[in-house]
Amino acid sequence: MSVETDPSTVSTEGKASGRGDRLHPEPRHEPLVFERSGPGKIGYSLPPLDVPEALAIPPALVRGEIEGETEISEVEVARHFTRLSRLNFSIDEALYPLGSCTMKHNPRTNEEMARLPGFAASHPLAPEEVSQGTLELAWRLEQMLIELTGLSRVTLQPAAGAQGELAGILMVRAALAKEGNPRKTVLIPDSAHGTNPASAHFAGYKVKELKSNARGTLDLHVLEEAMTEDVAALMLTVPNTLGIFEDRILEIARIVHAKGGYLYCDGANFNSFVGVAKPGAMGIDVMHMNLHKTFSTPHGGGGPGSGPVAVVPRLVPFLPRPTIERRADGGFFLDFDRPESIGRLRTFLGNYGMFVRALSYIAAYGNRIGEVARGAVLNANYIRAGLTGVYHLKYDAPSMHEVVFSDKKQAEKGVHNGDIGKRLMDYGFHPPTISFPLIVHGALMIEPTETEGKPGLDAFIAAMRAIAREVEEDPRIVLDAPHTTPVKRVDEVGAARNLILRWSPGGRPDTPDPVR
Amino acid sequence: MKFLPTSDADRASMLAAIGVSSVDDLFASIPASVRIAPDLPPPMSEIEIRRLFGGMSSRNAHARDSAFFLGAGVYNHYVSAIADQMLYRAEWLTSYTPYQPEVSQGTLQSIFEFQTHMCLLTGMDVANASLYEGASALVEALLMADRLVRNRRKAVLSLGIHPEYRETVTTYFQNLGLDVVEVPLGSDGRTDGAALSAAVDETTFAVAVQSPNFRGVIEDWKVGTEAAHAKGAMAVAVIAEAASLALLAPPGEAGADIACGEAQSLGVPMHNGGPLLGFLACRTAHQRQIPGRLVGQTSDAEGRRAFCLTLSTREQHIRREKATSNICTNQGLMALASNIHMSLLGRKGLREVALQSHAKAEYLKAAIAKVPGYRLPDSAPTFNEFVVEGPGPAAPLLSRLARGGILGGVALSRWSPKDERAFVIAVTEMNTRAEMDRLAAALAGSEGAAGPDESDRRLS
Amino acid sequence: MNPDDLYYTQSHEWVRIDGDTGTIGITEHAQKELGEIVYLELPEVGHFYNSDEEFGTVESVKAVSELFIPISGEIVEINKAAVDEPGIVNDDPFGDGWLVKVKLTTDEEVKKLMSAEAYAEYVQAEEKEK
Repeated sequence: MSVETDPSTVSTEGKASGRGDRLHPEPRHEPLVFERSGPGKIGYSLPPLDVPEALAIPPALVRGEIEGETEISEVEVARHFTRLSRLNFSIDEALYPLGSCTMKHNPRTNEEMARLPGFAASHPLAPEEVSQGTLELAWRLEQMLIELTGLSRVTLQPAAGAQGELAGILMVRAALAKEGNPRKTVLIPDSAHGTNPASAHFAGYKVKELKSNARGTLDLHVLEEAMTEDVAALMLTVPNTLGIFEDRILEIARIVHAKGGYLYCDGANFNSFVGVAKPGAMGIDVMHMNLHKTFSTPHGGGGPGSGPVAVVPRLVPFLPRPTIERRADGGFFLDFDRPESIGRLRTFLGNYGMFVRALSYIAAYGNRIGEVARGAVLNANYIRAGLTGVYHLKYDAPSMHEVVFSDKKQAEKGVHNGDIGKRLMDYGFHPPTISFPLIVHGALMIEPTETEGKPGLDAFIAAMRAIAREVEEDPRIVLDAPHTTPVKRVDEVGAARNLILRWSPGGRPDTPDPVR
Repeated sequence: MKFLPTSDADRASMLAAIGVSSVDDLFASIPASVRIAPDLPPPMSEIEIRRLFGGMSSRNAHARDSAFFLGAGVYNHYVSAIADQMLYRAEWLTSYTPYQPEVSQGTLQSIFEFQTHMCLLTGMDVANASLYEGASALVEALLMADRLVRNRRKAVLSLGIHPEYRETVTTYFQNLGLDVVEVPLGSDGRTDGAALSAAVDETTFAVAVQSPNFRGVIEDWKVGTEAAHAKGAMAVAVIAEAASLALLAPPGEAGADIACGEAQSLGVPMHNGGPLLGFLACRTAHQRQIPGRLVGQTSDAEGRRAFCLTLSTREQHIRREKATSNICTNQGLMALASNIHMSLLGRKGLREVALQSHAKAEYLKAAIAKVPGYRLPDSAPTFNEFVVEGPGPAAPLLSRLARGGILGGVALSRWSPKDERAFVIAVTEMNTRAEMDRLAAALAGSEGAAGPDESDRRLS
Repeated sequence: MNPDDLYYTQSHEWVRIDGDTGTIGITEHAQKELGEIVYLELPEVGHFYNSDEEFGTVESVKAVSELFIPISGEIVEINKAAVDEPGIVNDDPFGDGWLVKVKLTTDEEVKKLMSAEAYAEYVQAEEKEK
C-alpha cells in the first residue's frame, strides 16, 4: 500500500482542511434571526400600491400583527446566513463519504440552467402552446433515463426516492389487481433501507424480511422458499446496501417471475453501474432512481430530491398521471387520459428544477456516462484496500461503489462507530454513514463517489488509519471527539427528553450575543 | 471529463494498490450479458448545454416576460435577490441532511428558525422541517390524524381543497382501508357548513378545509374545526397560498389541530411546479406523531446552545414498516430560501405583500366584473385569487391571451369538465395596475387599449 | 446481575410476582442495548393484556423498542416517575425503573418464562450471533 500515514501530514490537534484559518476564525455561535430583530429595521422594499387600498374581508377573518416576526435589515440577514453556512460541512470542502447518499460534486452549470427564467419563473399550469420548452426538457430527460435503464417508460413525478418506491409498488399492485389478485406480501432483504418496508406498508402489503447469506447477498434457497404466488414483488437494492452486486441477479429475476411476481429495484445505488449495465436486461421490472444521488442534483441540506421510476411495458398503463407525450408534429402535451393510472402522488409534474439539473448533467457526460460508475467503483475499492485489516470487514464479497466496515476491532477498546465518525471531523472529513445497514453491527458505510481524486482518498485513508491507531494508544481522544468543530458533541438525549422545537416571542435568548 | 479528478497515473497506482489490472475487473460480479453501454450522444460542453437549454427555456412563457395571473397552487410572489444568491453557497447547496450535528449547525439552526416562522404564521405550536409539497403534506396530515384518532376510517374533505391535493389523497388512501368523503361548496363559493357537519360522524378521524380555497374564497376555519370537534375528529387546516397567512386569521387561533399545505409563496420560485415547500404544523400535545424531520434545541458538551434532529425514532430508517410515514427527504434548500425570505420581510413585509395582493385582486375583480359577458360567480370574500366565468370555453381563450403575452389564468376544465367556461385568476404584489388593465381590456376584446405599462414610465 | 427472584422473556422484559400482582420492567441488558432512554409510552390503568401482547414502547435517541407483556393481566399502576424521567430506567432497570404493575389472572404463565440463569445464557447466545 502506498498510503501509509505520514504523521506530519495529519495533525491530531488541528484539522486537515482549511476551515479554521487565522484570518477568518471559526464562527462558534450565531444568535437566532429572531434575536437579531429590532423595531424600525427593514429588510425589503416594495413598490407603492398602484391601486386603491382595499380590505374586503370581514374583520373576524383578519389577523392582527404577527407577534414575534422579525424586523431586520438585509445586511444583517446576509451576515446571519453567511455565518450560519460556515457551521456546515459540505462536498465542496472535502470528501463526504456518507454511504448510500452518493455525495458527489454538484456541477454549477446545472444550477445556472435551472435558473433560466423559462424554467425557474415558469408555471406548471400555463397553456401547452407556451410550455413547449418545459415539456420538451422533461420528455428528453425521460428518454435519457429510458436509455440508461433499458426500461420502457419513466415517470418523473415522485418527489424523492421514497415516493418513487411507493409509486413503483402501487403500479405493481394495480397490475396484479387487474389480473384479479393484488397478492399480500412484498419480500425485502434484511439489508434493505428502511424506506422499502415503509413504502410496501403504505401500498397495503405485508413485509417479509429475507435473511442475507454469509456473503451478504440474497440466498436463492431462502428466496425460492419465500417466493410464493402470494408475493407481489421482491424489492431489491442493486447493488445492495453492503455495496455488493447480486451476481445471481438473472436467477433471482427468474425465480420471482416464475411465480408471477415483479422484481423491484431500489436504484439508490445506480451510481455504481450507470452507463455500464442496464437494469432492464437484468430482468428488473420497475426501478426508482434518485436524481440527487446518481445524477448530481444538490442535496441542499436534506432536499429537494427527485425519484423518477422506470417500468417495463406491462406496467406502463399504470404510470402516475399525467404522462408527457409527443405528437406526430413534434409538439409535446400532457396526457391525463390514462384510465388505469395509479393516480397522482403530488401536485404538477414533480420536482421540475431537479429535472433541469439532471438533464444538464447527463448531457455533459453523454455516451461517456459509464465513467461515473467506473470512477465510483475504483475509488471505493481503493479505500477498501487501504483500510482492510485496520477495520473489520464483515462481508468480503467484491465491493462496488461503497464498502461497509465495522467497529468490531475498535469496540474492544470501548470505541464505537459513532466515535470514529466524530473523530473524522477533526481530520476535516464528514463521517461515513453509521449504524446502517442494520445487518452489520457497528457499521461504517463509506461511499467516496467518483468525484474524489487520489490525494483526497489518500488523506481519508490516512485519517482512518490514524484514528485506528489512536484507539489503540489513546482512546480518550476519540471518545471525546470532535475537538475542532464549531460545537462540541451535541446532547441528542437532552434534545429528545426536553423538546424545544421553536423559539418563542418573549423568550429571552439563552446565550449572550457574541462580540463580533 | 471535467467532473473526474483522477489522472491516468493515479488510476494506475490505485489499480495496483487494489490488485487488479483494469477497472473492468472490478465489475466482474455483474453478469456480462447485462453489461450494455447506453446509446447516447457524445458529451456536450458547457457552451453547448447553455445553447440547448437556453433554447428550451425561450420556448416557454413565464412570469418575467408576461402579464402573469397564474396561481392555483403556485404563485408568483416577490423573492429578494439575496434569498436566491445565498442558496449558491456551497455550505448550503452541497451538504446533506444534518445527521451529524457538530458539522451541520448552520442547516439545523436554519431549520429551527423555519419551524419558528411557520408556527408564528399559522398560530400553531410546533412545525416540522418541511415536506415535499402541499398535496403530500395533506396526506401526511390526514395519516397523522388517523394515528391520533384510532379505529376510525373516514376523512371528510371540503371540495374547496385543491383538486390535485384531493387526487393525491385518493392515491395514498386506496390501499390503507381509509375512505374519503367530499363535501361540496355552497353557492357563494364557501364550503357548505351544514353539509360538512352532516358528513362528519363517529367514524370520522379528520375534517379538512382549505382557505383560501381553490376558488380563492376565504373560509372561516371554525366551520371545519367545529364540525370536527363535535365528533371527536381532528381539524385539519389546508393552506395552498401561504402569503395569506400574514393577513387572514390563522388556523391556530380557530382551534385547528393540524395546519398543513404549501409554503412556496414564502420565498420559493415557481420552478414550473417543483421543488415546492410542503409544511405541517400541529399542537404540542400531538408533536410525537408529527411526520418528517424535526430540529430541536439542546446544548453541546460545553453547555453552548446547539441544535440537532430529534424524535427521529418515528422515521423509517428505524421503524421500517411501522414508520409514521415513508418520506425520507425534506425540502431543505427550499426551507432555507423561505427562512431567508420570511426573515427579510418579517412582521411588516409579509403583511404588506398580503395586503397589496388582496387590494390588487379587488381592483382586478372590479375591472373584470364590468366586462360584458364575464361574471364573478362567487359572492363570498376572496384573498388574492378568484374565479371568473366567461362567455365561452376558457381554455382556448387563455391560450389566445398567452400568445399575446398575457398568462391570464388557469382554466378549471382540467379538473372539472363541467366548469368549461370558468378560470381562476391570481394576483400578487408583482402585478401592476397596467397589467391588470391590459388583462381586462383583452377580455373585453380590445387588447392593448390600456397603453404601455405605467411602471415603465416611472424612471423616465 | 439479573436478580434471581424475577422471571424473564426473550424480548428482555422481566416480571416480579408478589401475591396476585406482577411488576414488569426491562432488563439491564435491554437498557444497555437501547442506550439512554428518552421516552416511554405506557398504557392506561385498567387496560387488560394477554401475555405477549404489545403494551407500550420504549425509545432512545437511535432506537425504539416495543414492550411485550410477560403475563396476562390488567394494568393497575404505571410508573409515573419513569415516564417523567425515563433515565431512571437506565439507572435502575430492576428497581425504581420498573414500568407497570398488573393484576394477575393465572399462575400458569410464569412457567413459560426464563429463570435468571436461563436468561443469562439466552443473552450470551444472542450476543454471539452478532
